[in-house]
Amino acid sequence: MCLGIPGQVLEFLPDQPDLARVDVSGVRRVINVGLLADDPPEPGEWILIHVGFALSKIDESEAAAALEFLEGIGQAYADELAALQESRIE
Amino acid sequence: MRFVDEFRDAGKAHALAAKIAGLCEPGRQYKLMEVCGGHTHTIYKHGLEDYLPESVTLVHGPGCPVCVIPMGRVDDAIHLASQPDVIMTSFGDMMRVPGSHGSFFDAKAEGTDIRMVYSPLDSLKIARQNPDKRVVFMAIGFETTTPSTAMTVLRAAAEGLTNFSIFCNHVTIIPAIKAILDSPDLRLDGFIGPGHVSTVIGCRPYEFIAREYGKPVVVAGFEPLDILQSIYMLMLQLSEGRSEVENQYTRVVPWDGNLAALKAINEVMELRPYFEWRGLGFISHSAMRMRPAYSAFDAELLFQVPGVRVADPKACQCGEVLKGVLKPWECKVFGTACTPETPIGTCMVSPEGACAAYYNYGRMNRHRVVEVSIS
Amino acid sequence: MTGRTASGAAPGPRAGWVDEALREHEEHTKAEHTGAAMSRPTTAAPEREQQVLDRIDRARRRRPKVREERITMSHGAGGKATRTLVEAIFLDAFRNPLLEPLEDSAQLHLNGSRVALTTDSYVVSPLFFPGGDIGDLAVNGTVNDLAVSGATPLYLSAGFILEEGFPVADLNRIVASMKAAAAVAGVQVVTGDTKVVQKGKADGCYINTAGLGVIEYDRPSLGVATSRPGDAVIVSGPIGDHGVTIMLARGELDIEADIVSDTAAMNGMIADLLAATTGVRALRDATRGGVATILNEVASAANVSVVVTEDAIPVRTEVRGASELLGIDPMYVACEGRLVAVVDGTEADTALDALRAHPLGAQAAIIGHIAEEPPGIVLLKTAFGGTRIVDLLVGDPLPRIC
Repeated sequence: MCLGIPGQVLEFLPDQPDLARVDVSGVRRVINVGLLADDPPEPGEWILIHVGFALSKIDESEAAAALEFLEGIGQAYADELAALQESRIE
Repeated sequence: MRFVDEFRDAGKAHALAAKIAGLCEPGRQYKLMEVCGGHTHTIYKHGLEDYLPESVTLVHGPGCPVCVIPMGRVDDAIHLASQPDVIMTSFGDMMRVPGSHGSFFDAKAEGTDIRMVYSPLDSLKIARQNPDKRVVFMAIGFETTTPSTAMTVLRAAAEGLTNFSIFCNHVTIIPAIKAILDSPDLRLDGFIGPGHVSTVIGCRPYEFIAREYGKPVVVAGFEPLDILQSIYMLMLQLSEGRSEVENQYTRVVPWDGNLAALKAINEVMELRPYFEWRGLGFISHSAMRMRPAYSAFDAELLFQVPGVRVADPKACQCGEVLKGVLKPWECKVFGTACTPETPIGTCMVSPEGACAAYYNYGRMNRHRVVEVSIS
Repeated sequence: MTGRTASGAAPGPRAGWVDEALREHEEHTKAEHTGAAMSRPTTAAPEREQQVLDRIDRARRRRPKVREERITMSHGAGGKATRTLVEAIFLDAFRNPLLEPLEDSAQLHLNGSRVALTTDSYVVSPLFFPGGDIGDLAVNGTVNDLAVSGATPLYLSAGFILEEGFPVADLNRIVASMKAAAAVAGVQVVTGDTKVVQKGKADGCYINTAGLGVIEYDRPSLGVATSRPGDAVIVSGPIGDHGVTIMLARGELDIEADIVSDTAAMNGMIADLLAATTGVRALRDATRGGVATILNEVASAANVSVVVTEDAIPVRTEVRGASELLGIDPMYVACEGRLVAVVDGTEADTALDALRAHPLGAQAAIIGHIAEEPPGIVLLKTAFGGTRIVDLLVGDPLPRIC
């Protein structure tokens, strides 16, 4: 139900529009991108892979937004900790 | 690894944990259910519970499609596989699930041709390479996997393959969640919504949970930070008295789901009137079967399937574990008669079941183990 | 849906094995509680949980029993099922003090000499794979089993079981590999055997090698049971290369990657290590079952806890990528040229330097340490900062979809 891994599209297979070669950390597999036919991915884009099919594109801007939120929280926390540290120094 | 490592940063985890703790009302206990087996697996694999305050407990729901397959259906599958000239293909997760007389592995040991595949498309390849054999694919999974099976059938149809069929055990998530919500023992405060199922069905189907039952839902990703952030978002809703559906996994999950996937499912399959779920009993409109137009690919029509119902063992308390009433270790047979090697109930059957995850990863008393710490 | 009973109808047959399993555990529990009052669960959850964990611990320590009627692939995977098979059937039948330790080699005394004896069978498929072939494994694997016992490997036997129809050219390739591997390791093949079986019965070629080596008279015995709290746990290089290579080479998964098997003879590196420090308690060849299996063997043999840190365990990027894709854990994947060393804590850095000075050990790393509690358990501190257990798998790590 779950194991979906991000992979980057390298190229489409010639005369097989449904099939693309993807890269996951240096490992390559051909997968079926038929479920994304309405908005096919371009080489270089990232997709979510599950049992040999692409289920969804990974939206880089959304990922960046999510990370920014986490950075913000992380920074705020780090600042608080720092403030706490400083306030201890008499 | 991109889109993976950034969401595994321990520093940010501490920050989220602090925020979650800050939102806890003193004296109040919170029970949040993660429905999806993949979430259960991540939570245990990364030791996420170490980051949560004592008052927040995670309850592991029935979102493991392997776990909920009744023993009788496993027996049916092995019966199919034992027919002359049949090659049964299956995902790895199913290989050790025991029926009443053993698992696929045991059947393989007796000479039955059962092969493990990574994708349903691999079964098509085997069918093409073995025209004199009949290849049956053991199709399991929630809506995440159902479109892949559907696309495979469409492909088989387009190629005119006549020696390929599906033994369809796809199940749907919403009826299972509803069964949990309607249970009189329910004591949950919110749901960590399935991540990859939602890429297919979108977020709208969960709205009834917020609207009619007043429980917040946050659709979550699978990295540890995704889950922590989702818990934070749930706690925020609870502290502000809201109950809404929110999407934490926006980088992958579109609010409207995947239309092409839904179309493929709808083309090839239809809902069964009812289906038995191990541990939860019969649930109506909770599973798929092939449509009449694709009966040439329906193993249940091409072969005689015994269809005998094997009772859930009386000692099994999976139903209560699935609903969050019992923790895995509170089940009377946990770890003794019921272990990953001899799983009696659904929760132990697959590595993602709550009991299996606890047995394999979490089986330690966190209060006593000195080494348990957040470094 | 054919023939399915309607909901609420009388249930049909039950799973016999379940009833048997329950009955067995009831009998065991009664036996364990004879005389002592059945302890009432106390109200505090941590105490109740601990009681359950103790009960499980007792169940795990019971005499192993093989429940299956037939051998399955799990029995050959190096995990729990293999261990149960070995203990319940082989150890039970052949039991003697030399066999009991179940280390990689048996350590014998012969007329004043200390000798190590080991055997291994090689049934890998495919026979030829990136980084080597069955011949390399057949020599290196047995040489390594001798070397981790502290022995200098000297002589090998080589038994071949060949399938009718197997190409002689392939046999020549395999034997050439064995010759080269033996030269590197400094061993000689001094006896052997050949059998041919009918087509369909040997996957081309199976090889069994037995090995004999000599241990220096005054070297203390190496063995995992000597591990003690404070010891360091070291791995000699990136894990999982061999197993993932084989999985990909089988071609069923349609995955391409530049991963090669790590098969290598480690006796040179081990000799350097043992010369550099006397603080080595145990060495193990990380083969079937992977590093996780060895850590569990250490924990249970010495009744200690092994605590490792995920971030410290070296894994190649591509191995990690392939593992993530398939949903398997590199800690359980076989290596063929990596060792796990348990070393006195004070000597850890010396040991590490010695390993790193050798080409095979360039990426050696300290991955954890031995602790007292909880005994028999392997703990992993995740990269994320939480803690979890690393248990034995029942059989091979199977690719998950879920």
